[in-house]
Amino acid sequence: MKLHQLSVFLENKRGQLSVPLNLLATAGIDIRTLSLADTQQFGILRLIVSDWQKAKEVLEKEHCVVNVTQVVAIEVPDRPGGLADVVRVIDHADVDIEYMYAFTFQSGRAVLIFRFNEPDAAIKQLQAEGVNVMGSNEFQERFPD
Amino acid sequence: MKNIGKNAGASFHPAAALDYLPTDHLQALQLKRLQAVVERAYERVRLIRVRMDAKGLHPEDIKSLEDIRQLPFTVKADLRDTYPFGMFASPMQEVVRLHSSSGTTGKPIVVAYTQEDLDVWSSVMVRSFVACGVGSHDIIQNAYGYGLFTGGLGAHYGAEALGATVIPISGGNTDRQIMVMKDFAVTVICCTPSYFVHMIERARELGEDIRRFPLRVGVFGAEPWSQAMRRHIQEESGIRAQDIYGLSEIIGPGVGIECEWQNGLHIFEDHFYPEIIDSTTGEPCPDGTEGELVLTTLSKKAIPMIRYRTRDITAIIPEACPCGRTIRRINRICRRSDDMFIIRGVNVFPSQVEAALLAVEGTVPHYLIVLTRQRGLDQMEIQVELTPAVFSDTVGALENLQARIVKAVENILGISVNVRLVEPHTIERSMGKAKRVIDQRNAD
Repeated sequence: MKLHQLSVFLENKRGQLSVPLNLLATAGIDIRTLSLADTQQFGILRLIVSDWQKAKEVLEKEHCVVNVTQVVAIEVPDRPGGLADVVRVIDHADVDIEYMYAFTFQSGRAVLIFRFNEPDAAIKQLQAEGVNVMGSNEFQERFPD
Repeated sequence: MKNIGKNAGASFHPAAALDYLPTDHLQALQLKRLQAVVERAYERVRLIRVRMDAKGLHPEDIKSLEDIRQLPFTVKADLRDTYPFGMFASPMQEVVRLHSSSGTTGKPIVVAYTQEDLDVWSSVMVRSFVACGVGSHDIIQNAYGYGLFTGGLGAHYGAEALGATVIPISGGNTDRQIMVMKDFAVTVICCTPSYFVHMIERARELGEDIRRFPLRVGVFGAEPWSQAMRRHIQEESGIRAQDIYGLSEIIGPGVGIECEWQNGLHIFEDHFYPEIIDSTTGEPCPDGTEGELVLTTLSKKAIPMIRYRTRDITAIIPEACPCGRTIRRINRICRRSDDMFIIRGVNVFPSQVEAALLAVEGTVPHYLIVLTRQRGLDQMEIQVELTPAVFSDTVGALENLQARIVKAVENILGISVNVRLVEPHTIERSMGKAKRVIDQRNAD
Protein backbone atom coordinates (compact mmCIF):
# COMPACT_ATOMS: atom_id res chain seq x y z
CA MET A 1 0.00 0.00 0.00
CA LYS A 2 2.99 2.28 -0.29
CA LEU A 3 4.27 4.34 -3.18
CA HIS A 4 7.87 4.84 -4.24
CA GLN A 5 8.90 8.44 -4.04
CA LEU A 6 12.20 9.70 -5.44
CA SER A 7 14.07 12.42 -3.62
CA VAL A 8 16.70 14.35 -5.51
CA PHE A 9 19.34 16.51 -3.88
CA LEU A 10 19.68 19.99 -5.36
CA GLU A 11 22.21 22.64 -4.60
CA ASN A 12 20.55 25.96 -4.02
CA LYS A 13 21.70 27.77 -7.12
CA ARG A 14 20.20 28.96 -10.34
CA GLY A 15 19.53 26.32 -12.98
CA GLN A 16 19.74 23.32 -10.65
CA LEU A 17 16.08 22.37 -10.92
CA SER A 18 16.29 22.09 -14.69
CA VAL A 19 18.83 19.28 -14.55
CA PRO A 20 16.64 16.46 -13.21
CA LEU A 21 13.51 17.80 -14.90
CA ASN A 22 15.13 17.78 -18.32
CA LEU A 23 16.50 14.29 -17.76
CA LEU A 24 13.03 13.00 -16.90
CA ALA A 25 11.48 14.83 -19.83
CA THR A 26 13.96 13.34 -22.29
CA ALA A 27 13.34 9.86 -20.89
CA GLY A 28 9.58 10.27 -21.33
CA ILE A 29 8.86 9.98 -17.62
CA ASP A 30 5.77 11.74 -16.34
CA ILE A 31 5.82 13.49 -12.99
CA ARG A 32 2.59 12.61 -11.17
CA THR A 33 3.17 15.01 -8.33
CA LEU A 34 6.04 16.70 -6.57
CA SER A 35 7.08 18.87 -3.74
CA LEU A 36 10.20 20.91 -3.20
CA ALA A 37 11.73 21.39 0.22
CA ASP A 38 14.25 24.16 0.40
CA THR A 39 16.78 25.52 2.83
CA GLN A 40 19.20 28.35 2.32
CA GLN A 41 21.86 26.03 0.98
CA PHE A 42 20.13 23.10 -0.64
CA GLY A 43 16.82 21.72 -1.71
CA ILE A 44 15.19 18.31 -1.90
CA LEU A 45 12.96 17.63 -4.86
CA ARG A 46 10.46 14.90 -4.04
CA LEU A 47 8.81 13.23 -6.96
CA ILE A 48 6.23 10.59 -7.67
CA VAL A 49 6.63 9.55 -11.27
CA SER A 50 5.15 7.16 -13.80
CA ASP A 51 8.15 4.79 -13.67
CA TRP A 52 10.30 5.27 -10.58
CA GLN A 53 12.89 2.59 -11.43
CA LYS A 54 13.62 4.03 -14.84
CA ALA A 55 13.65 7.55 -13.41
CA LYS A 56 16.16 6.56 -10.74
CA GLU A 57 18.40 4.95 -13.33
CA VAL A 58 18.28 7.98 -15.62
CA LEU A 59 19.02 10.42 -12.80
CA GLU A 60 21.82 8.42 -11.23
CA LYS A 61 23.51 7.91 -14.56
CA GLU A 62 23.95 11.68 -14.69
CA HIS A 63 25.27 11.83 -11.12
CA CYS A 64 22.14 13.06 -9.39
CA VAL A 65 21.91 11.91 -5.78
CA VAL A 66 18.64 10.02 -5.54
CA ASN A 67 16.97 8.43 -2.59
CA VAL A 68 13.92 6.15 -2.75
CA THR A 69 11.39 6.56 0.05
CA GLN A 70 8.13 4.77 0.70
CA VAL A 71 5.27 7.19 1.10
CA VAL A 72 1.58 6.69 1.67
CA ALA A 73 -1.10 8.15 -0.65
CA ILE A 74 -4.53 8.79 0.75
CA GLU A 75 -7.58 9.84 -1.20
CA VAL A 76 -10.04 12.18 0.49
CA PRO A 77 -12.96 14.26 -0.65
CA ASP A 78 -11.89 17.77 -1.61
CA ARG A 79 -13.93 19.62 0.99
CA PRO A 80 -13.26 21.69 4.13
CA GLY A 81 -12.03 19.37 6.88
CA GLY A 82 -10.91 16.59 4.52
CA LEU A 83 -7.31 16.78 5.60
CA ALA A 84 -8.16 17.53 9.22
CA ASP A 85 -10.12 14.28 9.47
CA VAL A 86 -7.18 12.24 8.25
CA VAL A 87 -4.65 13.93 10.48
CA ARG A 88 -6.88 13.29 13.48
CA VAL A 89 -6.76 9.56 12.71
CA ILE A 90 -3.00 9.69 12.39
CA ASP A 91 -2.66 11.49 15.72
CA HIS A 92 -4.44 8.58 17.36
CA ALA A 93 -2.17 6.06 15.64
CA ASP A 94 0.88 7.22 17.57
CA VAL A 95 2.95 7.81 14.43
CA ASP A 96 4.80 10.92 13.28
CA ILE A 97 4.38 12.78 10.02
CA GLU A 98 7.82 13.60 8.63
CA TYR A 99 6.30 15.71 5.87
CA MET A 100 3.33 15.78 3.54
CA TYR A 101 2.04 17.37 0.38
CA ALA A 102 -1.21 17.23 -1.55
CA PHE A 103 -2.86 17.76 -4.87
CA THR A 104 -6.42 17.73 -6.15
CA PHE A 105 -8.17 16.14 -9.11
CA GLN A 106 -10.88 17.86 -11.09
CA SER A 107 -13.26 15.21 -9.86
CA GLY A 108 -13.46 16.85 -6.45
CA ARG A 109 -11.09 14.39 -4.88
CA ALA A 110 -7.77 15.24 -3.24
CA VAL A 111 -4.73 13.02 -2.82
CA LEU A 112 -2.51 13.46 0.23
CA ILE A 113 1.04 12.12 0.19
CA PHE A 114 2.47 11.36 3.62
CA ARG A 115 5.90 10.33 4.76
CA PHE A 116 5.45 8.61 8.13
CA ASN A 117 8.11 7.44 10.52
CA GLU A 118 6.13 4.19 10.77
CA PRO A 119 4.13 3.84 7.57
CA ASP A 120 2.75 0.36 8.29
CA ALA A 121 1.26 1.38 11.61
CA ALA A 122 -0.25 4.45 9.98
CA ILE A 123 -1.78 2.46 7.14
CA LYS A 124 -3.30 -0.01 9.54
CA GLN A 125 -4.97 2.68 11.57
CA LEU A 126 -6.14 4.62 8.51
CA GLN A 127 -7.70 1.56 6.93
CA ALA A 128 -9.38 0.62 10.20
CA GLU A 129 -11.02 4.04 10.14
CA GLY A 130 -12.19 3.51 6.58
CA VAL A 131 -9.76 5.92 4.94
CA ASN A 132 -8.86 5.07 1.33
CA VAL A 133 -5.14 4.30 1.25
CA MET A 134 -4.19 4.06 -2.40
CA GLY A 135 -2.01 1.26 -3.67
CA SER A 136 0.49 1.90 -6.40
CA ASN A 137 -1.77 0.59 -9.16
CA GLU A 138 -4.79 2.51 -7.99
CA PHE A 139 -2.68 5.66 -7.81
CA GLN A 140 -1.18 5.27 -11.28
CA GLU A 141 -4.58 4.41 -12.83
CA ARG A 142 -5.76 7.91 -12.00
CA PHE A 143 -3.37 9.25 -14.61
CA PRO A 144 -4.24 8.54 -18.23
CA ASP A 145 -1.01 7.98 -20.14
CA MET B 1 41.21 -7.88 2.27
CA LYS B 2 43.03 -10.24 0.03
CA ASN B 3 46.61 -11.23 -0.12
CA ILE B 4 48.07 -8.24 1.54
CA GLY B 5 49.22 -9.59 4.83
CA LYS B 6 52.91 -10.01 4.34
CA ASN B 7 55.27 -9.35 1.47
CA ALA B 8 52.89 -11.29 -0.69
CA GLY B 9 55.06 -13.20 -3.10
CA ALA B 10 57.90 -10.68 -3.16
CA SER B 11 61.30 -12.17 -3.68
CA PHE B 12 64.52 -10.81 -2.26
CA HIS B 13 66.22 -8.24 -4.45
CA PRO B 14 69.95 -7.62 -4.03
CA ALA B 15 69.48 -3.84 -4.22
CA ALA B 16 67.42 -4.01 -1.03
CA ALA B 17 70.43 -5.25 0.94
CA LEU B 18 71.43 -1.60 1.40
CA ASP B 19 68.30 -1.13 3.52
CA TYR B 20 69.83 -3.42 6.15
CA LEU B 21 73.42 -2.13 6.51
CA PRO B 22 74.76 -2.13 10.06
CA THR B 23 74.46 1.44 11.33
CA ASP B 24 78.21 2.03 11.66
CA HIS B 25 78.76 0.90 8.05
CA LEU B 26 75.92 3.12 6.90
CA GLN B 27 77.30 6.13 8.75
CA ALA B 28 80.79 5.57 7.38
CA LEU B 29 79.34 5.42 3.87
CA GLN B 30 77.27 8.55 4.50
CA LEU B 31 80.28 10.51 5.74
CA LYS B 32 82.43 9.48 2.80
CA ARG B 33 79.69 10.47 0.37
CA LEU B 34 78.90 13.69 2.22
CA GLN B 35 82.50 14.82 2.01
CA ALA B 36 82.60 14.03 -1.71
CA VAL B 37 79.35 15.78 -2.52
CA VAL B 38 80.23 18.90 -0.54
CA GLU B 39 83.55 19.08 -2.34
CA ARG B 40 81.82 18.64 -5.70
CA ALA B 41 79.21 21.30 -4.94
CA TYR B 42 81.81 23.72 -3.59
CA GLU B 43 84.00 23.37 -6.64
CA ARG B 44 81.28 23.39 -9.26
CA VAL B 45 78.26 25.35 -8.00
CA ARG B 46 78.87 29.03 -7.56
CA LEU B 47 75.92 29.65 -5.25
CA ILE B 48 77.12 27.03 -2.77
CA ARG B 49 80.72 28.17 -2.91
CA VAL B 50 79.74 31.79 -2.24
CA ARG B 51 77.59 30.78 0.72
CA MET B 52 80.23 28.50 2.22
CA ASP B 53 82.91 31.13 1.77
CA ALA B 54 80.68 33.66 3.51
CA LYS B 55 80.62 31.34 6.52
CA GLY B 56 84.35 30.75 6.26
CA LEU B 57 83.59 27.12 5.59
CA HIS B 58 85.67 24.80 3.45
CA PRO B 59 84.87 21.22 2.29
CA GLU B 60 87.71 19.91 4.51
CA ASP B 61 85.82 21.20 7.55
CA ILE B 62 83.32 18.37 7.16
CA LYS B 63 84.94 15.78 9.39
CA SER B 64 81.87 14.09 10.84
CA LEU B 65 78.21 13.70 9.93
CA GLU B 66 77.35 16.26 12.62
CA ASP B 67 79.39 18.83 10.73
CA ILE B 68 76.62 18.90 8.12
CA ARG B 69 74.89 21.37 10.46
CA GLN B 70 77.47 24.01 9.61
CA LEU B 71 76.56 23.94 5.93
CA PRO B 72 74.23 26.57 4.46
CA PHE B 73 70.68 25.61 3.49
CA THR B 74 69.40 25.48 -0.05
CA VAL B 75 65.81 26.55 -0.75
CA LYS B 76 63.45 26.29 -3.70
CA ALA B 77 63.96 29.93 -4.56
CA ASP B 78 67.64 29.17 -5.22
CA LEU B 79 66.60 26.90 -8.08
CA ARG B 80 64.30 29.58 -9.44
CA ASP B 81 66.90 32.29 -9.08
CA THR B 82 69.47 30.25 -10.98
CA TYR B 83 66.96 29.10 -13.60
CA PRO B 84 67.50 27.18 -15.74
CA PHE B 85 70.96 25.61 -15.27
CA GLY B 86 72.68 27.63 -12.55
CA MET B 87 72.82 24.82 -9.98
CA PHE B 88 74.33 22.23 -12.32
CA ALA B 89 77.55 20.56 -11.20
CA SER B 90 77.91 18.54 -14.39
CA PRO B 91 78.54 19.81 -17.90
CA MET B 92 75.57 19.38 -20.23
CA GLN B 93 77.24 16.58 -22.18
CA GLU B 94 77.16 14.46 -19.03
CA VAL B 95 73.54 15.31 -18.34
CA VAL B 96 71.27 12.71 -19.89
CA ARG B 97 67.89 13.95 -18.76
CA LEU B 98 66.12 17.11 -17.62
CA HIS B 99 62.89 17.31 -15.68
CA SER B 100 61.01 20.40 -14.62
CA SER B 101 58.34 21.40 -12.16
CA SER B 102 55.05 22.80 -13.37
CA GLY B 103 56.00 26.35 -12.46
CA THR B 104 52.50 27.32 -11.41
CA THR B 105 53.93 29.93 -9.09
CA GLY B 106 56.31 31.78 -11.36
CA LYS B 107 59.36 30.30 -13.08
CA PRO B 108 59.58 26.53 -13.09
CA ILE B 109 62.56 24.75 -11.60
CA VAL B 110 64.77 22.51 -13.68
CA VAL B 111 66.43 19.35 -12.41
CA ALA B 112 69.10 17.32 -14.20
CA TYR B 113 70.41 13.78 -14.09
CA THR B 114 73.62 12.12 -15.21
CA GLN B 115 73.43 8.44 -16.13
CA GLU B 116 74.76 7.67 -12.67
CA ASP B 117 71.97 9.75 -11.12
CA LEU B 118 69.37 7.84 -13.12
CA ASP B 119 70.89 4.56 -11.95
CA VAL B 120 70.64 5.70 -8.33
CA TRP B 121 67.06 6.79 -8.94
CA SER B 122 66.13 3.41 -10.42
CA SER B 123 67.81 1.61 -7.53
CA VAL B 124 65.88 3.54 -4.86
CA MET B 125 62.67 2.92 -6.77
CA VAL B 126 63.49 -0.80 -6.88
CA ARG B 127 64.05 -0.72 -3.13
CA SER B 128 60.76 1.14 -2.73
CA PHE B 129 58.83 -1.48 -4.69
CA VAL B 130 60.49 -4.30 -2.75
CA ALA B 131 59.53 -2.64 0.55
CA CYS B 132 55.91 -2.55 -0.68
CA GLY B 133 56.03 -6.27 -1.38
CA VAL B 134 56.21 -5.77 -5.13
CA GLY B 135 58.42 -8.07 -7.19
CA SER B 136 59.37 -9.13 -10.70
CA HIS B 137 56.17 -11.17 -11.11
CA ASP B 138 54.01 -8.07 -10.69
CA ILE B 139 52.19 -6.14 -13.38
CA ILE B 140 52.51 -2.46 -12.58
CA GLN B 141 50.11 0.12 -13.98
CA ASN B 142 51.98 3.38 -13.83
CA ALA B 143 49.39 6.14 -13.83
CA TYR B 144 51.76 8.90 -12.73
CA GLY B 145 52.05 11.49 -15.47
CA TYR B 146 54.82 10.84 -17.96
CA GLY B 147 56.72 13.86 -19.14
CA LEU B 148 58.44 16.68 -17.33
CA PHE B 149 56.92 15.55 -14.03
CA THR B 150 59.36 13.16 -12.32
CA GLY B 151 56.66 10.75 -11.11
CA GLY B 152 56.04 8.93 -14.37
CA LEU B 153 59.54 8.11 -15.56
CA GLY B 154 60.86 7.64 -12.03
CA ALA B 155 58.40 4.88 -11.26
CA HIS B 156 58.74 3.50 -14.78
CA TYR B 157 62.48 2.90 -14.76
CA GLY B 158 62.35 1.56 -11.21
CA ALA B 159 59.66 -0.94 -12.19
CA GLU B 160 61.68 -2.06 -15.20
CA ALA B 161 64.86 -2.39 -13.15
CA LEU B 162 62.89 -4.53 -10.73
CA GLY B 163 61.99 -6.80 -13.62
CA ALA B 164 58.27 -6.24 -13.22
CA THR B 165 55.94 -5.70 -16.16
CA VAL B 166 55.21 -2.00 -16.60
CA ILE B 167 52.16 -0.52 -18.26
CA PRO B 168 53.14 3.09 -19.04
CA ILE B 169 49.56 4.32 -19.15
CA SER B 170 50.31 7.75 -17.61
CA GLY B 171 47.53 9.81 -16.01
CA GLY B 172 44.04 10.49 -17.29
CA ASN B 173 41.37 8.61 -19.24
CA THR B 174 39.97 6.91 -16.17
CA ASP B 175 37.68 4.51 -18.03
CA ARG B 176 40.64 3.12 -19.94
CA GLN B 177 42.63 2.89 -16.70
CA ILE B 178 39.93 0.69 -15.21
CA MET B 179 39.60 -1.45 -18.33
CA VAL B 180 43.37 -2.01 -18.45
CA MET B 181 43.52 -2.70 -14.73
CA LYS B 182 40.95 -5.44 -15.11
CA ASP B 183 41.84 -6.90 -18.51
CA PHE B 184 45.62 -6.96 -17.99
CA ALA B 185 45.24 -8.43 -14.49
CA VAL B 186 47.20 -5.55 -13.00
CA THR B 187 48.53 -6.23 -9.49
CA VAL B 188 50.11 -2.86 -8.63
CA ILE B 189 48.92 0.70 -9.28
CA CYS B 190 51.10 3.80 -9.04
CA CYS B 191 49.38 7.20 -8.93
CA THR B 192 48.33 9.97 -6.57
CA PRO B 193 45.98 8.82 -3.79
CA SER B 194 43.31 11.29 -4.87
CA TYR B 195 43.34 9.93 -8.40
CA PHE B 196 42.95 6.39 -7.12
CA VAL B 197 39.92 7.45 -5.06
CA HIS B 198 38.47 8.75 -8.29
CA MET B 199 39.23 5.41 -10.00
CA ILE B 200 37.42 3.47 -7.27
CA GLU B 201 34.41 5.69 -7.68
CA ARG B 202 34.43 5.57 -11.46
CA ALA B 203 34.83 1.78 -11.45
CA ARG B 204 31.71 1.52 -9.34
CA GLU B 205 29.78 3.68 -11.81
CA LEU B 206 30.90 1.36 -14.57
CA GLY B 207 29.55 -1.58 -12.60
CA GLU B 208 33.01 -2.82 -11.60
CA ASP B 209 34.37 -3.50 -8.13
CA ILE B 210 38.13 -3.11 -7.77
CA ARG B 211 37.97 -5.47 -4.80
CA ARG B 212 37.35 -8.25 -7.30
CA PHE B 213 40.35 -7.33 -9.45
CA PRO B 214 43.76 -8.98 -8.95
CA LEU B 215 45.06 -5.57 -7.84
CA ARG B 216 46.74 -5.87 -4.42
CA VAL B 217 49.12 -2.93 -3.88
CA GLY B 218 48.95 0.80 -4.53
CA VAL B 219 52.08 2.93 -4.41
CA PHE B 220 50.66 6.37 -3.74
CA GLY B 221 52.52 9.64 -3.54
CA ALA B 222 53.13 13.13 -4.95
CA GLU B 223 50.67 14.72 -2.51
CA PRO B 224 50.11 14.60 1.24
CA TRP B 225 47.35 12.22 2.31
CA SER B 226 45.98 11.27 5.69
CA GLN B 227 45.80 8.01 7.59
CA ALA B 228 42.02 8.25 7.31
CA MET B 229 42.36 8.42 3.54
CA ARG B 230 44.48 5.26 3.63
CA ARG B 231 41.78 3.43 5.57
CA HIS B 232 39.18 4.62 3.11
CA ILE B 233 41.22 3.42 0.13
CA GLN B 234 42.06 0.07 1.68
CA GLU B 235 38.46 -0.61 2.64
CA GLU B 236 36.97 0.53 -0.63
CA SER B 237 39.43 -1.24 -2.92
CA GLY B 238 40.76 -4.16 -0.87
CA ILE B 239 44.35 -3.28 -1.74
CA ARG B 240 47.31 -2.36 0.40
CA ALA B 241 47.86 1.41 0.11
CA GLN B 242 51.55 2.31 0.49
CA ASP B 243 52.93 5.80 0.84
CA ILE B 244 55.93 6.80 -1.25
CA TYR B 245 57.79 10.05 -0.75
CA GLY B 246 59.95 12.06 -3.06
CA LEU B 247 60.51 15.44 -4.60
CA SER B 248 62.02 16.52 -7.87
CA GLU B 249 64.60 18.75 -6.25
CA ILE B 250 66.11 15.70 -4.54
CA ILE B 251 65.53 13.06 -7.23
CA GLY B 252 61.80 12.43 -7.69
CA PRO B 253 59.81 9.56 -6.18
CA GLY B 254 61.89 7.08 -4.18
CA VAL B 255 63.33 9.26 -1.43
CA GLY B 256 61.35 7.32 1.16
CA ILE B 257 58.89 4.45 1.32
CA GLU B 258 56.67 2.59 3.74
CA CYS B 259 57.49 -1.02 4.49
CA GLU B 260 54.92 -3.70 5.29
CA TRP B 261 54.42 -2.21 8.76
CA GLN B 262 52.96 1.00 7.32
CA ASN B 263 54.36 2.91 10.24
CA GLY B 264 56.53 5.70 8.91
CA LEU B 265 58.61 5.98 5.76
CA HIS B 266 62.13 4.61 5.50
CA ILE B 267 64.44 7.17 3.96
CA PHE B 268 67.07 5.78 1.61
CA GLU B 269 69.62 7.59 3.68
CA ASP B 270 72.65 6.10 2.00
CA HIS B 271 71.68 8.55 -0.79
CA PHE B 272 69.52 11.16 0.94
CA TYR B 273 70.66 12.34 4.34
CA PRO B 274 67.73 13.53 6.48
CA GLU B 275 67.70 16.20 9.16
CA ILE B 276 64.79 17.80 10.96
CA ILE B 277 65.03 21.50 11.78
CA ASP B 278 62.92 24.08 13.48
CA SER B 279 61.63 25.91 10.42
CA THR B 280 61.70 29.27 12.19
CA THR B 281 65.15 29.17 13.77
CA GLY B 282 66.85 26.68 11.44
CA GLU B 283 68.18 24.83 14.48
CA PRO B 284 68.22 21.01 14.47
CA CYS B 285 65.37 19.20 16.23
CA PRO B 286 66.01 16.08 18.30
CA ASP B 287 64.72 12.78 16.91
CA GLY B 288 61.03 12.33 17.55
CA THR B 289 60.35 16.06 17.41
CA GLU B 290 58.39 17.52 14.56
CA GLY B 291 60.00 20.03 12.26
CA GLU B 292 60.91 20.70 8.66
CA LEU B 293 62.62 17.92 6.75
CA VAL B 294 65.98 18.90 5.27
CA LEU B 295 67.66 16.57 2.79
CA THR B 296 71.17 16.38 1.40
CA THR B 297 71.78 14.29 -1.70
CA LEU B 298 74.85 12.24 -0.87
CA SER B 299 75.48 10.82 -4.31
CA LYS B 300 73.84 13.18 -6.79
CA LYS B 301 76.15 14.31 -9.57
CA ALA B 302 74.24 16.69 -11.85
CA ILE B 303 72.65 18.79 -9.10
CA PRO B 304 74.03 18.11 -5.63
CA MET B 305 71.54 19.43 -3.11
CA ILE B 306 73.10 20.55 0.11
CA ARG B 307 70.67 20.77 3.04
CA TYR B 308 67.63 21.33 0.88
CA ARG B 309 64.65 22.63 2.83
CA THR B 310 61.70 20.53 1.69
CA ARG B 311 58.94 22.52 3.49
CA ASP B 312 57.56 19.13 4.52
CA ILE B 313 56.71 18.74 8.20
CA THR B 314 57.66 15.45 9.84
CA ALA B 315 59.83 13.89 12.53
CA ILE B 316 62.55 11.25 12.53
CA ILE B 317 61.29 8.14 14.30
CA PRO B 318 63.97 7.16 16.83
CA GLU B 319 62.84 3.54 17.29
CA ALA B 320 64.05 0.70 15.08
CA CYS B 321 61.47 -0.68 12.67
CA PRO B 322 60.33 -4.28 13.24
CA CYS B 323 60.92 -4.95 9.53
CA GLY B 324 64.65 -5.02 10.22
CA ARG B 325 65.64 -2.19 7.91
CA THR B 326 68.33 -0.06 9.51
CA ILE B 327 67.67 3.00 7.40
CA ARG B 328 65.73 5.43 9.54
CA ARG B 329 62.08 6.33 9.26
CA ILE B 330 60.21 9.60 9.23
CA ASN B 331 56.56 10.08 10.09
CA ARG B 332 54.16 10.13 7.18
CA ILE B 333 54.07 13.59 5.74
CA CYS B 334 50.55 14.92 6.04
CA ARG B 335 51.55 18.52 6.00
CA ARG B 336 53.63 20.78 3.86
CA SER B 337 54.38 24.21 5.13
CA ASP B 338 53.53 25.30 1.57
CA ASP B 339 49.99 23.92 1.84
CA MET B 340 49.36 25.55 5.14
CA PHE B 341 47.05 28.51 5.20
CA ILE B 342 46.29 30.81 8.05
CA ILE B 343 42.73 31.68 8.82
CA ARG B 344 41.84 34.01 11.67
CA GLY B 345 45.30 33.41 13.06
CA VAL B 346 45.01 29.62 13.07
CA ASN B 347 47.37 27.48 11.00
CA VAL B 348 45.38 24.98 8.97
CA PHE B 349 46.52 22.09 6.80
CA PRO B 350 44.11 20.56 4.28
CA SER B 351 44.94 17.11 5.66
CA GLN B 352 43.36 18.08 9.00
CA VAL B 353 40.14 18.90 7.21
CA GLU B 354 40.37 15.64 5.28
CA ALA B 355 40.78 13.61 8.46
CA ALA B 356 37.77 15.33 10.01
CA LEU B 357 35.61 14.65 6.97
CA LEU B 358 36.53 11.01 6.83
CA ALA B 359 35.70 10.69 10.51
CA VAL B 360 32.10 11.53 9.68
CA GLU B 361 30.49 8.37 8.48
CA GLY B 362 29.61 8.21 4.85
CA THR B 363 31.40 11.20 3.45
CA VAL B 364 33.82 10.65 0.58
CA PRO B 365 37.13 12.42 0.44
CA HIS B 366 36.03 14.79 -2.31
CA TYR B 367 36.21 18.22 -0.85
CA LEU B 368 37.31 21.72 -1.59
CA ILE B 369 38.23 24.45 0.85
CA VAL B 370 37.26 27.94 -0.25
CA LEU B 371 38.65 30.89 1.64
CA THR B 372 36.99 34.27 1.30
CA ARG B 373 37.02 37.56 3.14
CA GLN B 374 33.73 39.12 4.08
CA ARG B 375 33.73 42.54 5.70
CA GLY B 376 37.33 42.05 6.70
CA LEU B 377 36.76 38.67 8.30
CA ASP B 378 38.20 35.46 6.87
CA GLN B 379 35.64 32.81 6.08
CA MET B 380 36.30 29.16 5.42
CA GLU B 381 33.81 27.13 3.49
CA ILE B 382 34.24 23.42 2.98
CA GLN B 383 32.39 22.01 0.03
CA VAL B 384 31.71 18.32 0.47
CA GLU B 385 30.19 16.07 -2.12
CA LEU B 386 27.08 14.26 -1.01
CA THR B 387 26.76 10.52 -1.64
CA PRO B 388 23.63 8.45 -2.15
CA ALA B 389 24.63 6.47 0.96
CA VAL B 390 24.13 9.43 3.27
CA PHE B 391 21.43 11.28 1.37
CA SER B 392 18.13 11.33 3.18
CA ASP B 393 14.88 12.72 1.88
CA THR B 394 14.32 14.85 4.95
CA VAL B 395 15.77 18.30 5.42
CA GLY B 396 16.43 17.57 9.07
CA ALA B 397 18.68 14.60 8.32
CA LEU B 398 20.75 16.58 5.83
CA GLU B 399 21.09 19.51 8.20
CA ASN B 400 22.14 17.02 10.82
CA LEU B 401 24.84 15.62 8.51
CA GLN B 402 26.03 19.14 7.79
CA ALA B 403 26.14 19.89 11.51
CA ARG B 404 28.12 16.72 12.23
CA ILE B 405 30.71 17.69 9.62
CA VAL B 406 30.94 21.22 11.00
CA LYS B 407 31.42 19.83 14.48
CA ALA B 408 34.09 17.34 13.38
CA VAL B 409 36.06 20.06 11.62
CA GLU B 410 35.65 22.59 14.41
CA ASN B 411 36.79 20.03 16.96
CA ILE B 412 40.06 19.64 15.09
CA LEU B 413 40.68 23.21 13.98
CA GLY B 414 39.04 25.14 16.79
CA ILE B 415 37.56 27.70 14.41
CA SER B 416 34.08 28.00 13.00
CA VAL B 417 33.58 26.87 9.44
CA ASN B 418 30.77 26.69 6.98
CA VAL B 419 30.04 23.35 5.32
CA ARG B 420 28.19 23.21 2.05
CA LEU B 421 26.92 19.94 0.67
CA VAL B 422 27.31 19.81 -3.08
CA GLU B 423 26.21 17.39 -5.75
CA PRO B 424 28.55 14.56 -6.68
CA HIS B 425 31.07 15.24 -9.44
CA THR B 426 30.88 18.98 -9.01
CA ILE B 427 34.33 19.15 -7.46
CA GLU B 428 36.94 18.84 -10.15
CA ARG B 429 38.77 15.51 -10.27
CA SER B 430 42.50 15.67 -10.53
CA MET B 431 44.51 13.18 -12.57
CA GLY B 432 47.59 14.27 -10.69
CA LYS B 433 47.98 16.32 -7.57
CA ALA B 434 44.63 17.28 -6.12
CA LYS B 435 43.80 20.93 -5.62
CA ARG B 436 42.26 21.26 -2.18
CA VAL B 437 42.24 24.97 -1.44
CA ILE B 438 40.96 27.98 -3.33
CA ASP B 439 42.00 31.18 -1.64
CA GLN B 440 39.93 34.11 -2.85
CA ARG B 441 40.91 36.42 -0.04
CA ASN B 442 43.18 38.57 -2.15
CA ALA B 443 41.07 38.48 -5.26
CA ASP B 444 39.47 41.86 -4.71
